[in-house]
Amino acid sequence: MSVLVLAEHDNNTLKDATLAAVTAAGKLGGDVHVLVAGQGVSGAAQAAAAVAGVAKVLVADDAAYANQLAENLAPLLVELMAGYDALVAPATSNGKNVAPRVAALLDVAQVSDIIAVDSADTFQRPIYAGNAIATVQSTDAKKVITVRTTAFAKAAATGGSAAVENVAAKGDAGLSSFVGAELSKSDRPELTSAKVIVSGGRALGSADAFKTIIEPLADKLGAAVGASRAAVDAGYMPNDYQVGQTGKIVAPELYIAAGISGAIQHLAGMKDSKVIVAINKDEEAPIFQVADFGLVGDLFQIVPEMTSKL
Amino acid sequence: MKVLVPVKRVVDANVKVRVKADQTGVELANVKMSMNPFDEIAVEEAVRLKEKGIATEIVVVSIGEAKSTETLRTALAMGADRGILVKSDEAVEPLGVAKLLAKIVGEEQPQVVLLGKQAIDDDSNQTGQMLAALLGWSQGTFASKVEQAGDKLNVTREVDGGLETVALSLPAVVTTDLRLNEPRYASLPNIMKAKSKPIAEKSPADYGVEVAPRLKTLKVSEPPKRQAGIKVGSVDELIGKLKEVGAIA
Repeated sequence: MSVLVLAEHDNNTLKDATLAAVTAAGKLGGDVHVLVAGQGVSGAAQAAAAVAGVAKVLVADDAAYANQLAENLAPLLVELMAGYDALVAPATSNGKNVAPRVAALLDVAQVSDIIAVDSADTFQRPIYAGNAIATVQSTDAKKVITVRTTAFAKAAATGGSAAVENVAAKGDAGLSSFVGAELSKSDRPELTSAKVIVSGGRALGSADAFKTIIEPLADKLGAAVGASRAAVDAGYMPNDYQVGQTGKIVAPELYIAAGISGAIQHLAGMKDSKVIVAINKDEEAPIFQVADFGLVGDLFQIVPEMTSKL
Repeated sequence: MKVLVPVKRVVDANVKVRVKADQTGVELANVKMSMNPFDEIAVEEAVRLKEKGIATEIVVVSIGEAKSTETLRTALAMGADRGILVKSDEAVEPLGVAKLLAKIVGEEQPQVVLLGKQAIDDDSNQTGQMLAALLGWSQGTFASKVEQAGDKLNVTREVDGGLETVALSLPAVVTTDLRLNEPRYASLPNIMKAKSKPIAEKSPADYGVEVAPRLKTLKVSEPPKRQAGIKVGSVDELIGKLKEVGAIA
């Protein structure tokens, strides 16, 4: 048994999502190898080689992989998979984009977004926005799996000393090209790997309120900022701040929900947080049913008070 | 250009699903069913492309039990031109769906296949990518904006760090995310008109596609329940409790 993990990285650094995928891959049994495909990836490749539990790092360094285009990555992965029993990708936007393309070319039914490995062919995954958990067994000879990264511990980033091997690039498929990106710039931690998250809902009422109410508390706690779908749809925050089934799935040590009522789709994205605090003026809000600590009242008073007292 | 829009009939997004006592699945009897919301966005986008004069014909496809006809009628009422029902009483996995769609694409020759990024029942998020793979087409997943630019399609994608735009050669597969558009409600006259639009009925065997499932569902269980905690009366009490449990220093 040998497992290939598709690394999530920005060419220079390895993303934490990769570490969770390595842990999940290790549970399948056998050797764990990591593919770092990108352009100018020596930094990310070195980081991958240092991850505990990784036996080998494959490096595909080519302009065709610079922007992780699925059309270019899939042929490379399909070729490499001749030597592996399973492909494990983190269920990031990138992993979700690429893995099914590989699965179809291998004629394999992908197992998406797993939260537990029961055995080398049996996995648990949430369905119906996390309202049910399915245990599924793959009957395909090879497995293609994406991993919900919050459900697996991160492999240690140091302690490993994997061999690094270059693999030949397969070139540009000529189907698509990268035009540009508008990535949110922030000094705060990344939402999906933050230890603390302060999230705001529609009750904030404006983008400005996020700046003056939510962000100061987040800064005080070294936290990431999140938002409910309602707040994102209202234009208060960009889409990539959205926590929920259709946004980011998070599981921080502490999740503070301010002015979020707790729609099913939001709860699906944060209910695995260790400690949940809810601040809402409606004491009947569903968010209180999952909160460890609830405070009924006006967030415009409570949140600044909290910021000043911490 | 011709646009193909696959749509799936799923449990309505507002229904709180219940796991069956025997753990074989979720309760589907007497539950409200609707078009998968992401597919609804795909139909809306196709109709807008037609209104802009870019799309010439919109063909909607559904793969599933006979009642999926209702889902096709909804799409026809929104503005699609005709439907294809591939009838299957057994659930078809995304790989099987992609294989059937690839055959239908072969017959229909659309320039764009527009579909939801995932169905809200199995949450697989696979079909569009798999279809693009089988066809050897470009893919624009999780689209929040679709624009024609010469002989290319510019698709803005919702990605982890924000937004990213890719230029796709045509033909292409595009999967829709939430913010691409807000689907219209079909008007009564359009609902009436949709009743006379044609729906062809097919079976997987007509396309020579083997759709037997590859994944065995061993059981479906309730997720672990989270217990509601306590209400605190003040910010000071809240901070005290958070320190007590070690959530803050």
